[in-house]
Amino acid sequence: MKKTLGIIMALMLVTGLVFAGGDKEASRSQEIYFLNFKPEIASVYDEVSKAYEAETGVRLKVVTAASGTYEQTLTSEIAKNDPPVIFQINGPVGLKNWIAYTADLKDTALYGILSDKSLAVTSGSGVYGIPYVVEGYGIIYNDAILRKYFALPGKAVSISSATEIKDFATLKAVVEDIQKNKAALGIGGAFASTSFAPGNDWRWQTHLPNQPLFYEFDAAKGNGSALEAGLAAKEVAFSYGSAFKNLFDLYLNNSITAPGLLANKSVDDSMAEFALGQVAFVQNGNWGAGQILGVQGNTVKNEDIKFLPLYFGVPGESQYGLNIGTENYFAINKTVSAAKQQAAIDFLTWLFSSETGKGFVIGKLGFIAPFNTFGPNEQPSDPLAKEIVRWLNAPGVTSVPWIFQAFPSNEFKTVFGSALLEYTQGSKTWAQVEDIFRSTWKAESLY
Amino acid sequence: MQNTLKKYFALFALPGLLAFTMAFVVPFIMGIVLSFTQFTTVTNASWVGLENYIRAFQTPDFLNSLWFTVKFVIVSVLTINILSFFLSLLLTRSIPGTNGFRTIFFLPNLIGGIVLGYIWQMILNGVLQPYGVTLTSNPTYGFWGLVILMTWQMTGYMMVIYVAGIQNIPRELLEAAEVDGAGRWQTIKNIIIPAIMPSVTICLFLTVTNGFKLFDQNLALTAGAPSKQTEMLALNIYNTFYGRAGWFGVGQAKAVLFFILVAAIALIQLQITRKREVEQ
Repeated sequence: MKKTLGIIMALMLVTGLVFAGGDKEASRSQEIYFLNFKPEIASVYDEVSKAYEAETGVRLKVVTAASGTYEQTLTSEIAKNDPPVIFQINGPVGLKNWIAYTADLKDTALYGILSDKSLAVTSGSGVYGIPYVVEGYGIIYNDAILRKYFALPGKAVSISSATEIKDFATLKAVVEDIQKNKAALGIGGAFASTSFAPGNDWRWQTHLPNQPLFYEFDAAKGNGSALEAGLAAKEVAFSYGSAFKNLFDLYLNNSITAPGLLANKSVDDSMAEFALGQVAFVQNGNWGAGQILGVQGNTVKNEDIKFLPLYFGVPGESQYGLNIGTENYFAINKTVSAAKQQAAIDFLTWLFSSETGKGFVIGKLGFIAPFNTFGPNEQPSDPLAKEIVRWLNAPGVTSVPWIFQAFPSNEFKTVFGSALLEYTQGSKTWAQVEDIFRSTWKAESLY
Repeated sequence: MQNTLKKYFALFALPGLLAFTMAFVVPFIMGIVLSFTQFTTVTNASWVGLENYIRAFQTPDFLNSLWFTVKFVIVSVLTINILSFFLSLLLTRSIPGTNGFRTIFFLPNLIGGIVLGYIWQMILNGVLQPYGVTLTSNPTYGFWGLVILMTWQMTGYMMVIYVAGIQNIPRELLEAAEVDGAGRWQTIKNIIIPAIMPSVTICLFLTVTNGFKLFDQNLALTAGAPSKQTEMLALNIYNTFYGRAGWFGVGQAKAVLFFILVAAIALIQLQITRKREVEQ
């Protein structure tokens, strides 16, 4: 008995050695290691990789970091012998951390096809990050529920279509009346849950303060852009804090979930509530399309999914559209061989300019890609992406850029998010939340 | 025998030593060195001296989480050890089904921390739901949630160690005590506890160190909410590491301080309880 056991153990040891050694592959020179940020489309990259290898013979190794762990994965992967060649930074603040690794892409073909050069992440005269997807967010609404509401005999507003909502006062009147009539409309509440489960508060601590801060920085920008004013700001006044509160309170008071229970809700929960037709509104971006269309029991029709801009009760807000921008930038690792860097740039150029590559981008990856190689008809077909394009081209409406890239650190967002949660739970007053916003910004921008 | 041992010592010890060096000693030394540097990755560091340590103490949340951790360790060590000691007393008496009970009490220990954290989050939020609050409404809820979770998880494990200790007490001792007319409480106090001091040493060591380095359960149950008030040391170090650009060194410095603290407390505890162990 003991002998057999010994033999088995010995065998296990030997096989372990064999398998451990099997990892080394013959040729590495023609392999591009791409560390992907977006887990929701990880499987598409496997197809892209096969197609690219079939066309060019170059192997593409795609590794996807689990949701919310990109920085951790990148930190450990980039220190290895075979580091990622293509990785992603999240904007000017992310660049500060990775500047020792990012190659200057100014003279590459990829930068050449970028349609709006001001979108790239730059430092001095160098270009270090190239955006690959434009995204937008606002309030997503279910037009079927809204139509049903506007047909109610006892509605409290004079307008008769959701497209007539053009400021906060109208939005508030409609939302509060919908909440009042929720039984008649067969829904649980006007807004989906204001999700505050750990890691699920980014819609409130990152996206929602964007527009109030845009107003503030836009007034202070001088000759530069609002984003530059934000990056330079060591302190903020948060002068549109009460505007933020207007909309945030509207979310909380007209929700499907009681404020005290929000700490239990995830973004998935609120998207599911929308997909199942239990709520009329949810704040999110076009990346959420998959979470609506892909949900089992989905009752929302494609043509009923529409976007409304965020309205805060600020004078002149009707001229602003959705919050459109990006925080996804490709960077190339400059510590690997020049041949590998070139191979990586060739791949990205192929992805965004060849017919096969563009087919993947439009059809499967669902990117609204900011490259001049895409014609006006070559855009993704999901309803939210279409809405983004519609708002981008709407006459008399300006999009709000993504100022939150100028937020001093991740820590700032975390602290502000926690303060918001405490506000919803009643353990902090609004004045305290505003103080925390200002003091954390000041403290975090010291580093 | 001695000679054979000497001859083959290298052969048998080398693989283990090598693995230990690669997986433990080298990263440990690198970690200490990195705590004096500013770095993005472990191969790219510049020396900054003590600056990281100064910054570690400048952020108030480090001391807050240290205090929270200390409170948690005191409470959880008491609940876990008292409960498991009495369970082991019960389960060393000849009650039918003892083995079954021992197995059942041990089972929670086989579940991973993250999973347990999420399961208990659901249970506790379910309990709190009728009151319109959640675990993160108040740091006190989070604190007691963690205590309940850890007690539930660790009690079975400690119980097994105490059971082994109690079973090793010579029968004559207990019989002699009974003949001399010792009551139940006197037997526990004067015979059983002194006799199982080696088990107490182990159990205290395990619960104290486990309490200090608790991470998964904390992350899954509350993730530090509300506003970092339930953030324990290990989670605080983790968040320091990834919360801001350029703070890796500070996270590393906190980790070194954390190591010194846990090592010191564990050594002191071992010294104290070892002294009370009696030779049988």
